[in-house]
Amino acid sequence: MNATQGLFWFLSALAIGSALMVVTSKNLVYSVLYLIVTFFAISGHYILLNAQFLAIVNLIVYAGAIMVLFLFVIMLMNLNTETEAQRKRWLKFAGAIAGGCLLLVMVATLKRADYKSYTAQTSQGDIGLINNLGMALFKEYVVPFEISSILFLSAMVGAVVIGKRD
Amino acid sequence: MNPLLLAIDTETVIAKLVLIVIVISASLVIAMYETYAERKVAAFIQDRIGPNRAGPFGILQPLADGLKLFMKEEIIPATSNKFLFILGPCLAMLTAMMTSAIIPWGNKIEVFGRTVDLQIADVNIGILYVFGVVSMGVYGIMIGGWASNNKFSLLAAIRGASQIISYELAMGLSLIALLMLTGSLSLRTIVMQQMEPGHFWNIVYQPLGFLIFLVCAFAECNRTPFDLSEAENELNFGYHQEYSSMKLGFYLFAEYVNMFISSAIMATLFFGGYDMPFVNEAALSPNVAAAVGIAALMAKIIFFIFLFMWVRWTIPRFRYDQLMNLGWRGLIPLALANMLITGAVILWLHK
Amino acid sequence: MEALTNRVKVMERKPMTFVEKIYLWNIMKGMMITLKHFFKKKATIKYPEQKRPFSPVWRGLQILNRDEEGRERCTACGLCAVACPAEAITMEAAEREPGEENLYREEKYAAKYEINMLRCIFCGLCEEACPKDAIYLSETFTPSNYTRESFIYNKSDLLIPDPKTDPQGFAKARGNRAKKEEV
Repeated sequence: MNATQGLFWFLSALAIGSALMVVTSKNLVYSVLYLIVTFFAISGHYILLNAQFLAIVNLIVYAGAIMVLFLFVIMLMNLNTETEAQRKRWLKFAGAIAGGCLLLVMVATLKRADYKSYTAQTSQGDIGLINNLGMALFKEYVVPFEISSILFLSAMVGAVVIGKRD
Repeated sequence: MNPLLLAIDTETVIAKLVLIVIVISASLVIAMYETYAERKVAAFIQDRIGPNRAGPFGILQPLADGLKLFMKEEIIPATSNKFLFILGPCLAMLTAMMTSAIIPWGNKIEVFGRTVDLQIADVNIGILYVFGVVSMGVYGIMIGGWASNNKFSLLAAIRGASQIISYELAMGLSLIALLMLTGSLSLRTIVMQQMEPGHFWNIVYQPLGFLIFLVCAFAECNRTPFDLSEAENELNFGYHQEYSSMKLGFYLFAEYVNMFISSAIMATLFFGGYDMPFVNEAALSPNVAAAVGIAALMAKIIFFIFLFMWVRWTIPRFRYDQLMNLGWRGLIPLALANMLITGAVILWLHK
Repeated sequence: MEALTNRVKVMERKPMTFVEKIYLWNIMKGMMITLKHFFKKKATIKYPEQKRPFSPVWRGLQILNRDEEGRERCTACGLCAVACPAEAITMEAAEREPGEENLYREEKYAAKYEINMLRCIFCGLCEEACPKDAIYLSETFTPSNYTRESFIYNKSDLLIPDPKTDPQGFAKARGNRAKKEEV
């Protein structure tokens, strides 16, 4: 096992472990912090794939901005274990079933997927570098890219409209 | 030999480690003397003399301050969240120091027959790395403020965090225009371009971008006039109210390190980095050129640090709504306009 | 309501001009002002090395005076205690024994003389009331100590050094202020 593999297993364990902690920890603030750790682990995977741009954007956007907003809301509402409402039993069952279904679907797809012919290129692939990524996004996929940005714009307008109402 | 470190030999690792140690300790010493400079500048602007008892001109004052902070009693509030309470200042300091990794402190030097880059890591994503780390800096404030279990701290933390994420946007947008000009994210490439003969510093091409970046840098560093998160007279020192001893020291120190690093980044991006004007570095021997370059960069950094302090002792604090108005209604549209105009001009020139 | 004086100044609330709205120009002006102050002469007096000259009417801590031969002037008449608005002075009188003529000038003297410096307001009325020129306000100020009790000054704290044995200490304790009054 060389260093890259070691890092891969470490990051995977970190990602899965902290993702589990997100779901299981009682304190919501801890959940958010574990989620941030998860993002870090995923960014680490991106770096292993030499996709530095994706790694850093993942950090800036998710860990740096969205999670801050999550923390904001949670800290302001001051939610903790004492004030957390007891959920109903059937709700837990429903959640378990829904999650299980998702897992089933994912496993089924991944099982049939042809992943053998793709091998991850660690630290030598260059598709994740900003130059190639920019070329791909703005040449080949320019229409979907612009459409998705219009989607974001409409979401922003919607947020402003909702905020303005009262 | 593992594939990750395949291209790196032992000597490079040692050179990098030495460089890291030097850069980190230099930033810490500079941050230490920034506290001294801050007190002196404040005093001079207010027609006073400032600290002058410890050593000649009070030059040993930062050591005394540091010693005092170390000796103070360590207090962890009983109702606070202990782990997060300690994690807060650690994160603040960590993120402050991490940014120094990608700043080119000078050109190459030759030591023991080897050429050594005066930059810890010339990563492909360059300036984006700074943004990533800066956006992590919010957590130091938020976690510390929340873990203190104090309403003032929480309010200040939320103020500070929302301020930082608001101004990060304008900062990024103002930089996009610059990056369109340079076509590279790497700080070394950006400096190299500014050093080319016939090419001026980026401030000439991007004055508005620099202005926006400067204002945002003030806001990101929590400096006056944007120091709402540690407003002494409104929030009792803000998010680090419950902190004492060196944990408080780390928060204060991180602020000064941030100031140093953001000065370095501004100097690198807009003022030619280690480029000494009117001197042809290529004609000098590498080591002399590197020394000249480091001196030039340091002079620029010191000017910016002085600017930070000068502004702090001139302008009163913004009100919170003024702050948000300036960020969202002032700087972001301005930065967008700057970006559009720059793009248009670049297209027009290329035609 | 009618204006009581003609000094009322009506505030004009004009909308801000463009330059004011941009705000940067005004910041520049302000920064130039602070920069000017940066190079101005500093007002600080470096205290222990450098001292501010006292005004001739300066009123510091009290001292009990001696005459030229080093004898205490105080006769414990109590006029200072009566004059004191803060009631900071207490004293006990005693009769001079034979053989003590070189210690006390009059045949009655203050065996105990205390001033509570925490009560004292340094008004100088004791000095004015004294018929024997025995109590003075000197140029000493800002005493510091660890206990409140130590601020009740007794005779040993208050007495001026003997002009015969310690003329320098005597002159220093009297300071410039006393000299001016004697002239």
